[in-house]
Amino acid sequence: MEMYVVLKVIWAVLLGVLLSGLGTMVGMDMGVGTLLRFVGKNDGERRVALNIIGPHWDGNQVWFILGGGAIFAAFPTLYATSFSVFYVVMILLLFSMIMRPVAFEYRSKAGSTWRATWDWAFLISGALPMIVYGAAFGNVLEGVGYHYSWTGQYFQDESFLGYLLNPFAVMCGVVSLSLSIAQGGTMLMLRGEEPIFGRARVAAIGAAVVAAVLFALGGVWVAHMNGFVFTAPVDPNMPATPLTGQTVGLAPGAWLNNFHAYPLLWALPAIGFVGMLGNAFFNAVRVPVVAWWCGALSWIGAIFTTGAAMFPFLMPSSTDPNVSLTVWNATGSQYNLGWMLFFALVFTPIILAYTSWCFYVMRGKVKVENVVNDSHSY
Amino acid sequence: MPLIDPSVVDLSRAQFALTALYHFLFVPLTLGMTFLIAAMETVYVITGKEIYKEMTHFWAKLFGINFAIGVATGLTMEFEFGTNWSMYSHFVGDVFGTPLAIEGLMAFFMESTFIGLMFFGWNRLSRPAHLAVTYLTALGSNLSALWILIANGFMQNPQGAAFDPVTMRMQFNSFLNLVFSPDAQAKFVHTSIAGFVAGALFVMGVSSFYILRGVHKEFAARSFRMAALFGIVSSMAVVTLGDALGRLDYLVQPTKIAAIEGLWQDSNANSSAAASPWLLFALPNDATQSNVAEIGIPYVLTPLITHSESRVIPGLLTLEQQAGPRIDSGITAINALQQFGETHDPAALATFQQHEQDMGYGFLAQEFAPNQDLTQITPANHDAIIAQTEKATIPNVFVTFWAFRIMMYLGFYFVVLFAFAAYYSLRNELEKHPLVLKAALFSIPLPILACEFGWITAEAGRQPWSVYGWLPTFQAASSHPVGYMAFSLVGFALLYSCFIAAELYLMFKFGRLGPQHHEDHEPAGHAAPMFATGAADKSWQ
Repeated sequence: MEMYVVLKVIWAVLLGVLLSGLGTMVGMDMGVGTLLRFVGKNDGERRVALNIIGPHWDGNQVWFILGGGAIFAAFPTLYATSFSVFYVVMILLLFSMIMRPVAFEYRSKAGSTWRATWDWAFLISGALPMIVYGAAFGNVLEGVGYHYSWTGQYFQDESFLGYLLNPFAVMCGVVSLSLSIAQGGTMLMLRGEEPIFGRARVAAIGAAVVAAVLFALGGVWVAHMNGFVFTAPVDPNMPATPLTGQTVGLAPGAWLNNFHAYPLLWALPAIGFVGMLGNAFFNAVRVPVVAWWCGALSWIGAIFTTGAAMFPFLMPSSTDPNVSLTVWNATGSQYNLGWMLFFALVFTPIILAYTSWCFYVMRGKVKVENVVNDSHSY
Repeated sequence: MPLIDPSVVDLSRAQFALTALYHFLFVPLTLGMTFLIAAMETVYVITGKEIYKEMTHFWAKLFGINFAIGVATGLTMEFEFGTNWSMYSHFVGDVFGTPLAIEGLMAFFMESTFIGLMFFGWNRLSRPAHLAVTYLTALGSNLSALWILIANGFMQNPQGAAFDPVTMRMQFNSFLNLVFSPDAQAKFVHTSIAGFVAGALFVMGVSSFYILRGVHKEFAARSFRMAALFGIVSSMAVVTLGDALGRLDYLVQPTKIAAIEGLWQDSNANSSAAASPWLLFALPNDATQSNVAEIGIPYVLTPLITHSESRVIPGLLTLEQQAGPRIDSGITAINALQQFGETHDPAALATFQQHEQDMGYGFLAQEFAPNQDLTQITPANHDAIIAQTEKATIPNVFVTFWAFRIMMYLGFYFVVLFAFAAYYSLRNELEKHPLVLKAALFSIPLPILACEFGWITAEAGRQPWSVYGWLPTFQAASSHPVGYMAFSLVGFALLYSCFIAAELYLMFKFGRLGPQHHEDHEPAGHAAPMFATGAADKSWQ
């Protein structure tokens, strides 16, 4: 296989890793934010909940930033098109995301009305981004309305309302929200005590079960919806431009073609279900450490299932299918992918090492009295 | 091809400028205060004196209030290229996205992970380990600036990539040329150190407040001295490095340097009778293309900019005329490129390659062509279109001239202020000079203001280009309806106004409270676990 094709495939896999990491780590913090008003009935309890992820939210959030940067560099045309096509939704996501760092740092530094306001900010900035995140996958599976001018400038063929009021996308959004609540609840159990532990447990178990049910329903739905297929052979080594080089058609159930061709891929949705149900089970038997890793598995399973169904499509166009963005036509140049891979190989182990060390240093339970007595915690 | 709506381009520019300027209200303090705080903690670890620990804690608390908004508004910047500059992202993403991704991997992860430990790890780490964490946070935030400015350097002086007519974009071809772009390196040092100036003046100004009030005396005196010494070195460095940047602009961005200096006609060499003055004051008029009310220092301009006695600095009117042939060539390039894209005709490709170096000027002419279509240029309308395009090749001179001058005058003011401050601080005579203290207090926002004007100089001076010489800003924006832009602009305005109000409220609140506040709540003689969460009690581990 050509080196360029190898690099394209590696970056498609890394994209999946990045999106799974984003779901696991950012989703966990979002879940805590969503659950804040539920697990904490008074100010002291809410502060404990916040301080459980207090030392980590900032580092976790970099998954989101790195996600943006890596898509920009490794899939420039995908970044350019998707962020603009989903403009109103992306801006809503951004508005809710940027409330969060400020909410963490500012919430507990003034009086009770002030705090109550920021608690609502946590709810919005926890739930909304996760719904949008999941809905993006739903919309992409269904195809997105855009085409290009000869210069590569995209043009939008569909209103933002179509992306927001789309039943399948909303369902995917709920899956994503549920996974984040499950993971956030698990984290609250890991470092929290009663009554936070008990409330988080109920929420996490419920959310994981909802996620599993909807994930299964999503599979049935996808089996019946139109998928995208190449109607003529495509050269994976093609130059990275969506303007020429492929013809694409729609066919019902086509998103299952890859699974039919390579039955081993069924392991991916299986991993997702094991993760979701394992998360619920281990939280039910009060072993949140194992449940946390099951939560991570459920993200990996869900994201890679979507990726495997669509491969090599990344974001098909419903109005001009021939310009659909794929792993073959939306990546950066070979030179760029090579350098990026080099940096990813060097820095990923380092990042994993110091992130683990940080979690290790901050291990242990967070208690109400200590947070309340210390005027400097979140 | 559908028309580009100029009002959407303008709204996109306004939104980017406002969100970038707003983000940059917080970045300088982040860059500067991390190192200053690390220095304080170093003294604490070496000497073991509790007052330096107290200083570290207190300034870190104010730093945290600032840092949170810096992070939040930085998210906007990372996504805005995609949401509002789609054509730009497509055109240069292969080379411009890379430093942003590396920034995430190398710098932002480090800064954001260790800042959690910096605040929460006091009682869980040994002193040297905590100090190392503080330095890693400082290093991370400054490395972050490095990669962002490498990306920005590509917009100013694109090197390390070449245009590829098949994929219709600039493709990355030299990592070393991208990273060691002189513009990027010089601007990184200039910007980071400008942040040090901002951090130093912030600490010095707040300390002055305590000295003037006669509270927290020892705390304030020590903080003041460290900040003043940090500041005098930084402010001198920032002026020197600014001069280096000016010379670089002369070499690679002639329109920017001419606009900065308000230079309409070519400069005269110093050997000539009418050697060009360096303008202290002038009111450049972009409509008449001339200055009024010039006050200048004779002979200074040429050596200042060119570092020589005799080299000529081309004036804006000359630069406009020189663009004329390039615009014609660029129109040929773009028409050939479109033909090649549609037919894959090798003859069209050959024509394009002959004129490739001027393709940006062809894009620039599109704005003025009938229906934004270069193929509709006829001998009848040709000259008028070229003339219009020529005038569009230079930036707004009034804005660039004054943004630069405000920044520069402030820069020299900081050198003077820090010199007095350091001198009186070292002689322990600060309380006898309330004027210096008041000046320091009221100057707290000025370095941040200077940074904002520095950004305006660099980016307004880059116009009309998004990528200098290759992609005009007009072409780079996403094709949104006006309504989308109104929605996002109103949202940003509301949200960012709330943020700044909350930020200032907390800054004033905790600034007024001062370091004493913490000691009130802690047992006497016991070091305050100021940033600990539930972690204060060792038995939890």
